[in-house]
Amino acid sequence: MNADSKVLPLAGVPQQIGPAEADRRANPESVIRRAEQLRRGLTGNFRDEAVSSIYAEAERLSRRSVRRPAGPAKLDWDQRIDRLVTSPILGLPLMLVILAVVFWLTIAGANVPSAMLANGFFWFEERAAGLFEAAGAPWWVTGFIWHGVYRGLAWVVSVMLPPMAIFFPLFTILEDLGYLPRVAFNLDFLFRRAGAHGKQALTMAMGFGCNAAGVIATRVIDSPRERLVAILTNNFVPCNGRFPTLIMLSTIFVAASFPPVVASLAAAGAVVGVVVLGVGFTLVMSWLLSRTVLKGEASAFTLELPPYRRPGIARILYTSLIDRTLFVLWRAMLTAAPAGAVIWVLGNVYVGGTSLAAHSSNAMAPLGHAIGLDGVILLAYVIAIPANEIVVPTMLMVYSGGPMMSEMDSMSGLRTLLVDQHGWTLLTAVNLMLFALLHNPCATTIITIYKETLSVKWAALGALMPLAVAFLVTFLTATIVRLF
Amino acid sequence: MTTHNCEACPAHAHLAQMGLKVDRFDRVVALAGNPNTGKSTLFNALTGLKQHTGNWPGKTVTRAEGGFQFNNLRYKLVDLPGTYSLLSASQDEEVARDFLLFGTPDCTIVVADATALERNLNLVLQVLEITDKAVVAVNLMDEAKRKGIGVDVRSLSRDLGVPAVPVVARSGDGIHALLTSVEGVISGDVTTKPRRPQGTAEFNSAIAELVPLIEAAAPGVPNARWIAIRLLDGDDRVERALRTGELRDLVARQQAPDDRFSRKIALQGAQ
Repeated sequence: MNADSKVLPLAGVPQQIGPAEADRRANPESVIRRAEQLRRGLTGNFRDEAVSSIYAEAERLSRRSVRRPAGPAKLDWDQRIDRLVTSPILGLPLMLVILAVVFWLTIAGANVPSAMLANGFFWFEERAAGLFEAAGAPWWVTGFIWHGVYRGLAWVVSVMLPPMAIFFPLFTILEDLGYLPRVAFNLDFLFRRAGAHGKQALTMAMGFGCNAAGVIATRVIDSPRERLVAILTNNFVPCNGRFPTLIMLSTIFVAASFPPVVASLAAAGAVVGVVVLGVGFTLVMSWLLSRTVLKGEASAFTLELPPYRRPGIARILYTSLIDRTLFVLWRAMLTAAPAGAVIWVLGNVYVGGTSLAAHSSNAMAPLGHAIGLDGVILLAYVIAIPANEIVVPTMLMVYSGGPMMSEMDSMSGLRTLLVDQHGWTLLTAVNLMLFALLHNPCATTIITIYKETLSVKWAALGALMPLAVAFLVTFLTATIVRLF
Repeated sequence: MTTHNCEACPAHAHLAQMGLKVDRFDRVVALAGNPNTGKSTLFNALTGLKQHTGNWPGKTVTRAEGGFQFNNLRYKLVDLPGTYSLLSASQDEEVARDFLLFGTPDCTIVVADATALERNLNLVLQVLEITDKAVVAVNLMDEAKRKGIGVDVRSLSRDLGVPAVPVVARSGDGIHALLTSVEGVISGDVTTKPRRPQGTAEFNSAIAELVPLIEAAAPGVPNARWIAIRLLDGDDRVERALRTGELRDLVARQQAPDDRFSRKIALQGAQ
């Protein structure tokens, strides 16, 4: 606070300021007013001058210190690849092919390890439960620990770990190479037409990793309106937690209807289809929001296409396996253990001759039927609200829980359980995939939307809008299929 | 601080990565720069953390903090989102700007891309307008070399009036020299005399009048000069911040870590 009493030569309004004067005027309003007066006294546009002087200076300095190769710049590899990857004709198809290859590798590679893990885990469950019984533990202790908590964990690990351990490194390689900005470049025209910001393609790509991270990533969008559009629609691309559900369903149902040679290819195609559908919903909902509650036009922006860089193998393995795979798996296990316990209790506590699980799934059955699913699936969604990752394991536990046991140590065993014992059809599988793609974001994402917007209203819309879309779309597909 | 300036030492001789341990530190260093210049890679190399890096602009949107020890001093390193300018409007760029202006780091490392130096210098010059304590890390020297681009770092350093150090953050080349410069700038062993554009006389006198008024209206707010320039420019966001007292909260917020939740996600790499 150095308001000394020297006379300041002023442009515009000549004036003297003493310390008392400065204190009296030390409130924000008067400072702002004074700044306005002074601004009028300035000649020329000093901000423009300052900016252009910085630009001129930067140019001068770089001329003095940078030596560029002589001769005309030749077309380097980066540019040649970019011509192909961002070409108006080949850009989008190439993107789909890359996506399909990633999913195909994931599905084809994860099948066998998944079955092996499940075999091992359930073999261990039998042995451990047997030991407990032999040691004279009460039936409910054995059941709660081994057929409840342990089984929940075993399902999560065997269904989720192998696909993630393949999918994430592949995705991280694409990210490290520098492919994501090219995706944004290719999709820009679509987002612009939807009234959304082109960088929403980037935040959408982050959503494939984690929707909560995707919501935070929208900070790169400078227009508040377009940022909100990006936040509210981020959930329409499936995150880490939902990919295993999609991959499993397409393996069991889509792949099974094809000859073994092309089975995993067909499953990969189905997942790509779901992803494309998700992008479609992102665009349609962005368009709707831009025409209704968030009216406005898309703003212009610049996007740097960075040079392709050789991915660092060690960092890719670390990021994708430790950060992504184990992070997601750990989160899933934390919610799966209590969920397994809850399901075991629901399946083993009887009221009026029927288990609690049956009571609650029966209560939800009409609603489930209306949207092409069943009561158990909806019950699983309710139990799995904290984390979408565990929907399928939860569902399987409810189906297989209670007194009835079944062989589920392989994908064909799963198919038997779902189709033969619980009457699943292709409609159930398709609608479950649609529901998994569209339904409300997980609790973490909803909290993140609140933290980023500081508005209960937007957080509620971010949660309820996808849920409404999910119910509407599955209801429509179910109704249409049943009509024909 | 026994043996700095030791060119013969192995690169990491005096560097100890301290990861997330930032509860006790002697100095605060900020990492600024254009998007996708390798700030997070440098951050990881210094702290040993695994802040998620990715080859695309806009990867870092929150402030991430980590620690390292160099020549017996503990440093808190703050990785900032990339920004092209201090005048920008998007949230991630605001995070960077607010910390540079109001976080009062002891030194700012401006990371510049050697392959696109001219564009990067725009930000360097803007940072030098608000602080004397800065070091320019000319990163991606390997990529520049591959493209046949040579950067005369000595001449650049002389022109800018602050140290400029060539580095390759990916391999760790030049990190020791960079830290030695940072140490020198903070201790005053290296004197800096940043190049600043000279405003017109009337502009300078207007600023000179506004600065004490701002300091009286918002006591303890650093960089009153920058605020004065913004007010003179009629920046309504800065006017609002001053009016509502938000400016003071903003300063206080720079001392606390960025929103814990976001930071956790940024660091654990769920992104």
